[in-house]
Amino acid sequence: MEKTISLIRERIRDGNARVVTAEEMPAIVAELGEEGALREVDVVTTGTFGAMCSSGAFLNFGHADPPIKMEKIWLNDVEAYGGIAAVDAYIGATQKSATREESYGGAHVIEDFIAGKTVELRALSTGTDCYPRRTITTELLLENLNQAIMLNPRNGYQRYNAASNSTDRSLRTYMGLLLPNCGNITYSGSGLLNPLANDPHFRMIGGGVPAFLGGAPGMVVGEGTQHSPAGGFGTLMVTADMKQMSNDYLRAATMAGYGVTLYMGLGIPIPILDIEAVRATAIRDEDIIVDVIDYGIPTRSRPSLRKVSYAELKSGVVDLNGEEVRTSSLSSFRKARQIAGVVKSWVEQGILTPVQPTRPIDPLKSAMPLRETTRGPRVLDIMDRKVIAIREDEEIRAAAQKLLKGETNHLPVINTAGKLVGIVTTYDISKAVVSPGKASLVRDIMKKKVITTTPEEAVDVAVRKLEQYNISALPVVDGEKRVIGMLTAMNLGKLFGRWLK
Amino acid sequence: MKLVVTFSRKAGKKPIIAQVVRDTGVLINVERALIDSSEGEALIDIPDESCALVKERLADLGAAVRVLEDIISLDESRCVDCGACISICPQEVFSFDDDWRLRMDEKKCVLCGRCIEICPHRALSHKGEG
Repeated sequence: MEKTISLIRERIRDGNARVVTAEEMPAIVAELGEEGALREVDVVTTGTFGAMCSSGAFLNFGHADPPIKMEKIWLNDVEAYGGIAAVDAYIGATQKSATREESYGGAHVIEDFIAGKTVELRALSTGTDCYPRRTITTELLLENLNQAIMLNPRNGYQRYNAASNSTDRSLRTYMGLLLPNCGNITYSGSGLLNPLANDPHFRMIGGGVPAFLGGAPGMVVGEGTQHSPAGGFGTLMVTADMKQMSNDYLRAATMAGYGVTLYMGLGIPIPILDIEAVRATAIRDEDIIVDVIDYGIPTRSRPSLRKVSYAELKSGVVDLNGEEVRTSSLSSFRKARQIAGVVKSWVEQGILTPVQPTRPIDPLKSAMPLRETTRGPRVLDIMDRKVIAIREDEEIRAAAQKLLKGETNHLPVINTAGKLVGIVTTYDISKAVVSPGKASLVRDIMKKKVITTTPEEAVDVAVRKLEQYNISALPVVDGEKRVIGMLTAMNLGKLFGRWLK
Repeated sequence: MKLVVTFSRKAGKKPIIAQVVRDTGVLINVERALIDSSEGEALIDIPDESCALVKERLADLGAAVRVLEDIISLDESRCVDCGACISICPQEVFSFDDDWRLRMDEKKCVLCGRCIEICPHRALSHKGEG
């Protein structure tokens, strides 16, 4: 049996349609079977509420007198993009305030507008014959704007990998605070309520399909940026009128140490036309699997610590290498559920009427990484290749002599096999001299935990290590843990000559 | 019950908490402590029924003592029930109820302040200490 979209619309008009949330669907299918569920259910509604950095809005301010072609634009000190005609701007959610840094940003401007607060517009121009004015400062309410059209380039990720951190220090990321030694796991997404998880092949979700966005009726424009459904990471570009939005379903937020983001509420109704749609919407949290990504590794392809289902993530505790690790959701399941409920009533009331996509979304695409035609500096480009090291079984005095002769403050310590086993600094030696104890050999006073870099590592990553650990030198080691160079703050000076022209 | 104990230099280097444990026989759990050369503050947890006894003995030994109540405050109008605070709290103060609403058990809080710093919605703050 198959149903047509017009039959479903007719049932909605007559008040006979059965609309359920994606959370209710698995039990319905279990009870009635797939055929039974297809006969019974007309529309399944979805919802999600979480941090969606790739969001923002087009604003039109209207013309001033005398008119100005706004070239540089700030809203409450947050820069908005003004390279679109004279009085249009795009305010991006993650743009930071010029004065308040990460405690206020584009997301807060959007939130303040929706809350009915005044926002200060400041703009500069070079002045032209047709637009003579050069500066303007004025206070605006949302109602004073001709248009405030939210257009979010990438919302509604199909699923999102969970995060943890294997290093020995806390990381402050867009996935929240990640405690050292995999002390916690964070995740985002509403699992079985997620819109794209309920239509992974983009059969019913596509351009022109109605959507709930931030409390307003809006629509799916088409595929989102970085859309990568081949690996299960499809995204959507969505739009709605900001003037109809509510802060119940849209919130500015700050991820400590990362910056500003916008929590968006998004919900999409999915008409149930065939068995495949029934199967797709019967998805459970147990069926949605993601990786737990180690954010301790600062590369594009971070390693996965294990695979995990949303059911496990939502249980609050996940087993990681035999340890029970607590989880934190960053999105709100409670809000997601509310949104699916609102979408349900909106479908019943005819506010969101299911249609077939007018522009289908490619279900097989894969996002590409950035093509980099120039390579940033790597450690091997600037490291000191002359390595003065000391063996762990040598006397402290020998280390002092080497430090003096080598005009360095750091001595990597190696074992008889030539592998790095520690590091001593002038400080360690001074300390040993001032309070002489039993220590007589280098191994007695060396620091055994050495932060290292590799020749291939990007200098930016190595510099971050120097900053994070508050140290001034990194031994450069090869795959065998042999020291092949040293990177010190001094070497960084080379960057100015060669790389930072 | 949690007590905030403040030591001043006047009291010298006496092991006050250890002394109180020995004198009263009450097992004191030190949950947080910051002590430097001139002064110090410790947050201790003791059974409610021993409160008067411990307070009195601490005061005798020269420490200032006050009871800590309502130490963390959740602004429900800001909270979206995301749960970012749940896994980072060392005391497991936060949890979800059956409706995925954020709940907190303030009594467990030791005022480390981590949740206040990381709450994406600035919904958590220190309440006035009683």
